[in-house]
Amino acid sequence: MIKQDSYICVDGVWKAFDGYPVLRGTSLDVAQHSATALIGASGSGKSTLLRCINALETVDAGSIMVNGDLDVTAFNADLDAIRRRIGIVFQSYNLFPHMKVLDNITLGPIRVLKKSQKDSKVAAMELLTRFGLESKALDYPDRLSGGQAQRVAIVRALAMEPEIMLFDEITSALDPMLVGEVLDSVRELRAGGLTIVMATHEMSFAKEIADQVCFLHEGVVWESGTATELFERPRRVETQSFLQRVH
Amino acid sequence: MNNPAPDTETVYVDPLRQARSRKKARQDALIGVASLLGFVALVVLLVGRSSDWDTVAQTFFNGDQFAESFPGLLQAFWLNVRIFFIAEPLILIIGLLVALARTVKSPIFLPIRVLATLYVDIFRGVPTILVIFLLGFGMPALQLTGVPSDAIFWGTAALVLSYGAYVAEVFRAGIGSVHPSQTMAARSLGLSSLQNNRFVVLPQAVRNVTPPLLNDFISLQKDTALVAVLGPIEVLRRAQIDTSSNFNYTPYVGAALIFIALTIPMTRFADAMQTRSARKKRAGGVA
Repeated sequence: MIKQDSYICVDGVWKAFDGYPVLRGTSLDVAQHSATALIGASGSGKSTLLRCINALETVDAGSIMVNGDLDVTAFNADLDAIRRRIGIVFQSYNLFPHMKVLDNITLGPIRVLKKSQKDSKVAAMELLTRFGLESKALDYPDRLSGGQAQRVAIVRALAMEPEIMLFDEITSALDPMLVGEVLDSVRELRAGGLTIVMATHEMSFAKEIADQVCFLHEGVVWESGTATELFERPRRVETQSFLQRVH
Repeated sequence: MNNPAPDTETVYVDPLRQARSRKKARQDALIGVASLLGFVALVVLLVGRSSDWDTVAQTFFNGDQFAESFPGLLQAFWLNVRIFFIAEPLILIIGLLVALARTVKSPIFLPIRVLATLYVDIFRGVPTILVIFLLGFGMPALQLTGVPSDAIFWGTAALVLSYGAYVAEVFRAGIGSVHPSQTMAARSLGLSSLQNNRFVVLPQAVRNVTPPLLNDFISLQKDTALVAVLGPIEVLRRAQIDTSSNFNYTPYVGAALIFIALTIPMTRFADAMQTRSARKKRAGGVA
């Protein structure tokens, strides 16, 4: 079952909240340096699957392995170590409102990676410059537009130098005019070869950058394939009707 | 057809509208002042005409009595100030520690959590004056060596214990007011639970509860007078002594004025803080 090139291997994962099943034995394989898009209706389990991958939620059953050596679902898993290697960006940005942009970004590197203040700041400024945000470094998050806030959130996750980035519907809370700048940032990361798994409602964007598209339905990966396969020739009737509804 | 586009800095108000609204504002101010003066005049007239007013004034607002007792009252008030400034930092420390103790989840710390909960339940449920009686009279009665018998010490200790429980609850509410998504973001960066508390949750919690904390400070300023029951000559006790030696209640009014002089600025400050934080919260949006 485990493919040779499987970098993230999700195998038969179950997760219920208050007796209501959200993931029902779902499996997923992600190759290194690839981009995977999770699509599907709200409540199909996309966000929960992402949160299980970086251990923000503990699974009820099944396993998740990263790079064959990091068992995310082990009972004695070092959660902090997992989260150092796997970054996540949320729909609602979740920036720390009491800290300046620069401090938001350097908090993890200084406190978790134990880097020096100076090195962290230099690295943070480089990242901010790369994403066109250098002029915002000393602003508080409440001075940012939604698109800027979300890009800062991406930079904050990147500053931990993760091997994998998870994006949880990062454009869903944004004004349509601001979606583009955030997607540009993801394109940039994709080009840099980072392994990306993203839950998204942006079908055209998924089509454009995803190597693999997975349609989640009722808590399992119902159908997956390349973007062309899934969008042009969906095999299952549920996939077809979902795509019809969102297009 | 295009509308002319003024530059984005321009603020334009029709001069006629502006003149009208200024006139209205002047009229409103005038009416307000007139109404207030009229009301005061009415009260003075009614109270002054009552036949008992002279007796009331003699008993509570006697100028000679006031002048005689006020310097002594001020001097005694210095003790209230000292009690307040010793108690307040201790209350903040205890309140914060107890609030934190109640949030730890690790099973090893269950005894600490239970103790903290018990402490809050007990001291929030018992009247402050009862705690003062219990400690202030009870502890010196033990006559244990090394245990102080000073009334001021035990009075202050009782205030600290009683207010510590209240402030712990205020802090706990503050911790609860920080959205869980903040913790999720912090943990997703690999911050430990302790680091999350220290760098992400507590700074926001303290900011959120500063206005209610200031209210508790004001309350504590007044409650320093409760220590009077143990005998130390603070401002209320001083006023009581002056009153009973002259059978005139003006010293009580003097003591009240001293408290008011201190609490009113503090209340205004707390109000201003509250307005400011409410405004900030509205502007924040991105939380």
